[in-house]
Amino acid sequence: MRLRRLLVIGAVGALALSGCAPVQSTSQSSGTDEKSGTLRVWLFDEVNRAPKEAVVAEAVKEFETRNSGVKVDVQYIQIASRAERFKAAFSDAKSAPDVAEFGNTDLAGYVASGGFTDLTADVAAWPEGKDLNSSVLETGKVNGKVYGVPWFVGLRALYYRTDVFAELGVQPPKTIEEIAPLARRIRQAKPDLYGISVGGKYTYAMLPFVWAAGGDIAKQDNGKWSSTVDSPQSRAGITRYTELLKDDICPPAQCAQNGGDASVQQFVSGKAAMTIGGNFNRQAVEAGAAKGKYAVIPLPGNAEGSVAPAFAGGNLLGVLKSTPRRTLAKEFMQLLGGKQYQEKLYRAMGNLPTFSDLQRTLGANDPFVKPFITTSEAGTRFVPATPAWAKIDAQAVLPNMIQQVITGAQSVDQASSAAAQLMNSAFTS
Amino acid sequence: MTQQVMVAEPVREVPARQGKRRGDGWAAARYLAPTLLILVGLLGYPLYQLVLISLYDYGQEQASGGAPLEFLGLGNYQKLFGDPQFWTVLTQTVGFAAVCVIGTLFVGGALAMLASRVRAVPRMILFLAALGAWATPAVAGSTVWMFLFDTDFGLVNEVLVGLGFDGMADYSWTYDKFVAFGLVAAQVIWCSFPFVMVTLYAGIIAIPKEILEAAALDGASTVRTLRTVILPLLRPLLVIVTIQSIIWDFKIFTQIYVMTGGGGVAGNNLVLNVYAYQKAFAASEYGMGSAIGVVMTLLLLAVTAVYLRALRRSGEPL
Repeated sequence: MRLRRLLVIGAVGALALSGCAPVQSTSQSSGTDEKSGTLRVWLFDEVNRAPKEAVVAEAVKEFETRNSGVKVDVQYIQIASRAERFKAAFSDAKSAPDVAEFGNTDLAGYVASGGFTDLTADVAAWPEGKDLNSSVLETGKVNGKVYGVPWFVGLRALYYRTDVFAELGVQPPKTIEEIAPLARRIRQAKPDLYGISVGGKYTYAMLPFVWAAGGDIAKQDNGKWSSTVDSPQSRAGITRYTELLKDDICPPAQCAQNGGDASVQQFVSGKAAMTIGGNFNRQAVEAGAAKGKYAVIPLPGNAEGSVAPAFAGGNLLGVLKSTPRRTLAKEFMQLLGGKQYQEKLYRAMGNLPTFSDLQRTLGANDPFVKPFITTSEAGTRFVPATPAWAKIDAQAVLPNMIQQVITGAQSVDQASSAAAQLMNSAFTS
Repeated sequence: MTQQVMVAEPVREVPARQGKRRGDGWAAARYLAPTLLILVGLLGYPLYQLVLISLYDYGQEQASGGAPLEFLGLGNYQKLFGDPQFWTVLTQTVGFAAVCVIGTLFVGGALAMLASRVRAVPRMILFLAALGAWATPAVAGSTVWMFLFDTDFGLVNEVLVGLGFDGMADYSWTYDKFVAFGLVAAQVIWCSFPFVMVTLYAGIIAIPKEILEAAALDGASTVRTLRTVILPLLRPLLVIVTIQSIIWDFKIFTQIYVMTGGGGVAGNNLVLNVYAYQKAFAASEYGMGSAIGVVMTLLLLAVTAVYLRALRRSGEPL
């Protein structure tokens, strides 16, 4: 009786399973192009959002006066939960914005999901488009097609406390090798300070160490990606970075769980003598305890006078494939991403513009920007441009690797081998 | 689950009444139909989708129509069971949930006893405090706890240093695996004991005075009265709160995610739900995530079934 019932249930179940498949949403494009109504825009929330909000509000006002009957609804979304927000937006057009800001590292994954529309022709037809820095525009491309207009670039360099350095009579590091001994010396003299504030989750601070040592996290052969995080050069770089996360520089108990924001925050609140911070952190640093007592130099490379390759971070503005107002969305993107508002954003936030001519003029006038322009000119690098990167990022493969090493749970060799294995399985799945 | 066990077992044990039960069956089915309909809609269909998705390679590309679907059969399950981290996380989850369940029952039970013995004003204060903890949303509660236990600026470290524990300056409560688990467990107990307390308090005050008086007249000590009179009478309630707690604590997500920054240093503090989220949903591998979900559902059903069975064997039916 019981057995028969089980058999019936099994058979019905098998039929149901073979007859159906999980839901897939089909056509993403809406097919319409309305000229009025509400244009929904998603921008990222920032540590200190007010100046950004002011500039954006100005652009919104200009756009609304220019297009009567159009209302622009700007929502600020949390960077930490962006993945969920965008996934939901791609799966359900009703909850999707028309224009969105997003990180260039996420682009490959979003494009593979069919989320963003191809802007190649629009950028070519845009008068300001030809002035976009070509290497920066590369970060907005997948397979040669433009899916995002670079809104600003973010580069990281070495921040240090001029007052602490003067008091101890030390000079900023000239090579990447000098950082650890210098940081150790500072913490010895001033035990309240971290020698350099970095973090176990601060991947973009670790990458320059790997790149400077001649390593990389992955390579592409014939279109196939494979991890190189376990190569001897990469391991040398990881060793040099994790050396900083020791009790005598930045204690793991305090620093292991810090990402970029938290690492810089230690410097902002006056608890660190150095940090690796972005040009986008300027406002925060100016508002904190280190105001007027800090300077920035490019993160030094292996040889004296060289620069460690920086990660070319930055955000793009894109138009969602599902938008029912493609023309309006494109026009708003070009207004907010154009030279006028990029310059305003630079003045308000310190965001580095993506237009070559604008970069040159601003760099010549502002000593703060100079180290970042130097870093940019020395050549920047990027993470693997494949959807798998989003997966590797979400699974926290590299932060886990760093944390395994700094907690002493695994050696650099063990941790990097494990990370390479996880990365390779993400590349092949 | 409870219904199934209760209906199926008597049929087997008392075959003489089978005929009569059959006749009542249709009427019972009609009465149960609305409930069944809601259960199928709200529980059956999602469960069906969960099982279905777990058999496919179903990522964001597939969900939004960018790539074709691939049927994997049990491939996701094979991959999951072959991952040594899964077994570590599973063990951790079971241990963590056990501590939370026992802690919740103990604190809740003890405070219920206390509440039944104090005067109205202290009892009201106790209830207000408990309801406050109960009403606090998990994210807010976890965040407030993190403020209290913050490494640099936390009140707890400050007070401890003030009391003379100098080693607690800059002490990180989330760095060591077991300290972090302990802290989260304390938070979980804090926000889930009120349910146990309120339920058991209702049970305790419902115990007729005569029974307790009789026990007292027979010369039973407080411990003896508790063990042989109060606890047996509270059994049905204890069963319910225990099962509830097991299910809640096994599925803990928010507290671990918020308090340990998504699973602790090097993933030391992962529990199944956070593991599923990180490995599968954040990485858009919904197929794999669903497989973990199915495994969790089966585990919880099994735990509940075993628990109910053990209770039946040890005494009267519920």
